[in-house]
Amino acid sequence: MSTLTTEGGPATPGRPSALSSRSPRYGEKAVYAVLRSASLLTILITAGILVALAIPSIEFFQHVPVTDFLFGDRWAPRFADASFGVLPLVTATAWTTVIALSVAVPFGLGAAIFLSEYAHPKLRAVLKPILEILAGIPTVVYGYFALTFVQTTLFREWLQLDTDAFSVLAAGLVMGVMIIPTIASISEDAMSAVPQAMRQGSAALGANRMQTTVRVVFPAALSGIIAAVVLGISRAVGETMIVAIAAGQQARIVEGALEQGQTMTGFIANAALGDSRVGSLEYDTLFAVGLLLFLLTLLINWISIAVVRRFREAY
Amino acid sequence: MNTNPTVDPVIEADNVDVFYGNFRAVTDVSMSFGINEITALIGPSGCGKSTLLRSLNRMNDLVDGARVTGTISFQGEDIYGPDVDAIEVRRRIGMVFQKPNPFPKSIYDNIAYGPRVTGMKPSSMDDLVEEALTKAALWDEVKDKLKQSAFGLSGGQQQRLCIARTIAVKPDVILMDEPCSALDPIATMRIEDLMVELKKDYTIIIVTHNMQQAARVADRTAFFTALADETTGNRTGVLVEYDTTTKIFEDPTDQRTEDYISGRFG
Ligand SMILES: Nc1ncnc2c1ncn2[C@@H]1O[C@H](COP(=O)(O)OP(=O)(O)O)[C@@H](O)[C@H]1O
Ligand SMILES: [Mg+2]
Repeated sequence: MSTLTTEGGPATPGRPSALSSRSPRYGEKAVYAVLRSASLLTILITAGILVALAIPSIEFFQHVPVTDFLFGDRWAPRFADASFGVLPLVTATAWTTVIALSVAVPFGLGAAIFLSEYAHPKLRAVLKPILEILAGIPTVVYGYFALTFVQTTLFREWLQLDTDAFSVLAAGLVMGVMIIPTIASISEDAMSAVPQAMRQGSAALGANRMQTTVRVVFPAALSGIIAAVVLGISRAVGETMIVAIAAGQQARIVEGALEQGQTMTGFIANAALGDSRVGSLEYDTLFAVGLLLFLLTLLINWISIAVVRRFREAY
Repeated sequence: MNTNPTVDPVIEADNVDVFYGNFRAVTDVSMSFGINEITALIGPSGCGKSTLLRSLNRMNDLVDGARVTGTISFQGEDIYGPDVDAIEVRRRIGMVFQKPNPFPKSIYDNIAYGPRVTGMKPSSMDDLVEEALTKAALWDEVKDKLKQSAFGLSGGQQQRLCIARTIAVKPDVILMDEPCSALDPIATMRIEDLMVELKKDYTIIIVTHNMQQAARVADRTAFFTALADETTGNRTGVLVEYDTTTKIFEDPTDQRTEDYISGRFG
């Protein structure tokens, strides 16, 4: 193809014109093609997931009215008098998520502030990789830690709490610990990226380090910090192994932190292990819950984008 | 060397050395800065002007490994003394940087920032903001957009905003480290006019690369250069000559000063 070669210039055929490129730069074109298909692939996969979730869900909602699903408070998809009220699963997810975030956000942001604003660079160089290793521990390990140590040993034996074999508290707390490194690491990156000139300007006006952190660095890094928290929320909502092991398997409305409960992901994990026949209502139920999970995550992302737009102080 | 003690010094440096770790960036500087005067620090790059300036309000505390020996006193009190709060020092001795560094906040919030963090309780913050912006000759340009981001201002306006922000905490001294080096000639002229205006109320110490600028605005000028340290061989900044600006530019005592200002050096 003549456009890809240096030949065929308009003036003197066979010789490159003065401004034509000296080489065809195949490498650059190849890289461009690879990158573009990578981004297309991402979009395609997301769309594919959505379709895969939507088709069985549509099937599901032909049998179960959407309002019964969203607002019903009894979840018993396998019973003879089956009931598909998803609220029990949603409350369990809400409890574990809120508990996890109340651990992960303060400790994660605290760690980020310490690492970015207070720690000596040498200390930071040691601590940050350690933190990131924590993020790599398999969740099944966290799950059994929650079940055997936190719930059984700590809550039941040592603290003599009024709780049975499982609780959303144990699962939520350990999930929070699991999420700390995610929040800490991403928000630390965002805070470290705030120019040093901002801190100097603040110090030169008589601000102390905490004031500089809270009033200058934090707002300037807000979009990164919110992104970190949103990722933390998404991980908490979507976390499966810890809740499947330690939160319990009974789907009922959760009214206290020491109760057990089955989360949306916990249900999917359990049901997926079972032998639901493809195309059966029970099988479609999985996808309806999956779709709800997907939409909830999407909603959280949208809200966070709105929050960032509203409060960000970009530098 | 003529350290030319001024009539009424507000800051005095006595045998000041400044180190970064083991590296001595500034050696044995003794000089005093007169109240309501503009003092210019000039000299070739790397001779320690910024280093010395930052040690005058303890901004060097923020640099890891930076250390000051000798004494620097402000209104007679050693600013590195055991009971001294570096934060209070910086409130009394403000600083404007080479590159304008407004906060990513509104114009209003940039000015109100210092008063808020230092716990000033003005009867009206609006008035304080207006006063600071007026003194910095910026009020007329921004009075209708106080709520807009400071990042929308031009470089010269941003630098005047930074000066206004410094004025708002009512310091006694304003340190400026090459405040015009990122600005065009017109913006530079406005800042120079502003400095002359401000010296009625403040003491100003300015580092500048621009010798015409020193000649235009400064009452006194100090010329620094970098010498090889006798013991280590490292280059270290020393004060060569300090005198009235007229004397430095018209009749310098030291040959090195004369070479520098006539452009034969650095
Ligand atoms: N933060 C720092 N850490 C280590 N060395 C520094 C630092 N800042 C400046 N220096 C060194 O101190 C010397 C003086 O620098 P500086 O005060 O910036 O000079 P000037 O402002 O006159 O150009 C230079 O050799 C410079 O490399
Ligand atoms: Mg400098």
